[in-house]
Amino acid sequence: MLLAKIVGTVVATRKDPRLVSNKLLVVRPVDPRGKVEGNYLVAIDTVDAGVGETVLVVSGSSARMASGMKDVPVDAAIVGIIDAVEVSD
Amino acid sequence: MQLARVIGDVVATCKDENLTGMKLLVVQPLTADRQPAGRPLVAVDAVGAGVGEEVFFVRGKEASFPFYPAEPPVDAGIVGIVDRWDVG
Repeated sequence: MLLAKIVGTVVATRKDPRLVSNKLLVVRPVDPRGKVEGNYLVAIDTVDAGVGETVLVVSGSSARMASGMKDVPVDAAIVGIIDAVEVSD
Repeated sequence: MQLARVIGDVVATCKDENLTGMKLLVVQPLTADRQPAGRPLVAVDAVGAGVGEEVFFVRGKEASFPFYPAEPPVDAGIVGIVDRWDVG
């Protein structure tokens, strides 16, 4: 899973019917110390996260195992809101 | 599977209900000479690993298989703690 920071929202009127009433957010991966790096991606929100929060993003077919995502065409889902990351060294 | 070192842990109170009770660890993939290779990532722990240990982890939906029949939404999971590894 990736640690990512939510940096924006996505609005799409025309989309797959199974995506209706799901919240789409723009996230950017962060390293364990909180530094943003890498490309932006769109993830579906399953935990009521909001812009500015650090979250846990699950990718690939595992994203469909998130709550309520069965048979939904997604490959990135937000499955947790991060309280703290502790890194040794 | 990939070799990695556990370098940290993650605390998340608000999360998918199927993640409740699972330990989330930060792992750093390693090269053959035990140097960091690429970005660290978060993996779910299926074997009782801890910070500082060398482990191997699996990517993809298979990461959820140790918890069968539960299907937690995870795409990386620690499935073994390495006692020793040598590259010839």
